[in-house]
Amino acid sequence: MKKFTLSATVAVSLAFFAGTASAQVTDALVVDGTAISTSAPASDWLDIDQVLSGWSFRTVETRALQTDDFDNPGMIFVDQAIDDWNTADGTEGKSCASCHTNGPEEFAGLRAELPRWDEEQGMLMNMEDYINLSRVEHMGAEPWKWAKPRMNAMVALLSLQSRGMEINVAIDGPVADTWEQGREIYYTRVGQLDMSCANCHEDNYGNMIRADHLSQGQINGFPTYRLKNAKLNSTQGRFSGCMKNIRAEPFAVGSEEFRALELYVASRGNGLSVESPSVRN
Amino acid sequence: MADNVKPRVRVPRSAAAGEAFEIKTLISHKMESGQRKDSDGNPIPRSIINHFSCDFNGENVIQAALEGAISTNPYIQFEASIEESGTFTFTWQDDDGSEYTDSKDITVG
Repeated sequence: MKKFTLSATVAVSLAFFAGTASAQVTDALVVDGTAISTSAPASDWLDIDQVLSGWSFRTVETRALQTDDFDNPGMIFVDQAIDDWNTADGTEGKSCASCHTNGPEEFAGLRAELPRWDEEQGMLMNMEDYINLSRVEHMGAEPWKWAKPRMNAMVALLSLQSRGMEINVAIDGPVADTWEQGREIYYTRVGQLDMSCANCHEDNYGNMIRADHLSQGQINGFPTYRLKNAKLNSTQGRFSGCMKNIRAEPFAVGSEEFRALELYVASRGNGLSVESPSVRN
Repeated sequence: MADNVKPRVRVPRSAAAGEAFEIKTLISHKMESGQRKDSDGNPIPRSIINHFSCDFNGENVIQAALEGAISTNPYIQFEASIEESGTFTFTWQDDDGSEYTDSKDITVG
């Protein structure tokens, strides 16, 4: 009787310990047989030593969903984007496939560098910008709205082509000023709760905020399928959500501020691998 | 026909005769339960996949009646075993009368 009670207590306390140990995991992420690193040394201008993918902060079940392209719910939307890829749209009667004859695979490597300065366009370009550029100028089609399902799905399809590649976002040259602007936004407290991005994602990653296990807020896995809303979420859509969480008036999706912030946040993840489409909370 | 409804199925390409293997099925569907209301307060009518069935070489393997509590993108997974090579066919029926199908071949060996 006494022995039974003792082992029950031990079992309970062990379980309790495991539950409160909210440290991030260091398992390797293996997607359909291919290993993807989920940590890397941080850039020297960062105040942290190691950059960690959001994957390592999630529960066992959530992490497992990303290891199999069938189980990964984000791939449903990639399938939908493949349909869009092959469907003609706009005055020119063209589909993406009409010009990009080698398929979405042509875009391997692009996601790993975005956002980036495009000399020809004379501006900082995001995946959404490139998609709409082709839609409007080459297909004669209406531009898609950012952070909406159709655009998110196409961004996911094109980002998938860089999965496993190292994030390498330039922060100097023509984007240097924008990067500085983004950095300032990251560290500026806003909203009724008077918090900055850094307060959670730099000062408190690994801790719990209510029931949420805080990550470093890296965007290497975006667009991400969130279990919370059962759909793909874009980076700037998430920025907007975060700002609303701290009861601030969010910047507009596609605005100069969010573009600058996205450039800065993307660069914080330099060294991590593209995981799109990832699965998160 | 609901928008963007796409089935996906995973069946092993081959299996030993009589040995059980896993079949995974997924269909992207909003599965509007009928319990939600829109911003004006009007109920949004139910519109779901209400039936799933799987046949092998014409013989029924499994059938499932789905109700409103099944969430978006229904995922159904089951085990099956076969004695001969053939084709699995999967059928999903929608409240609005549409039917979605997929099929996968499998060899015994």
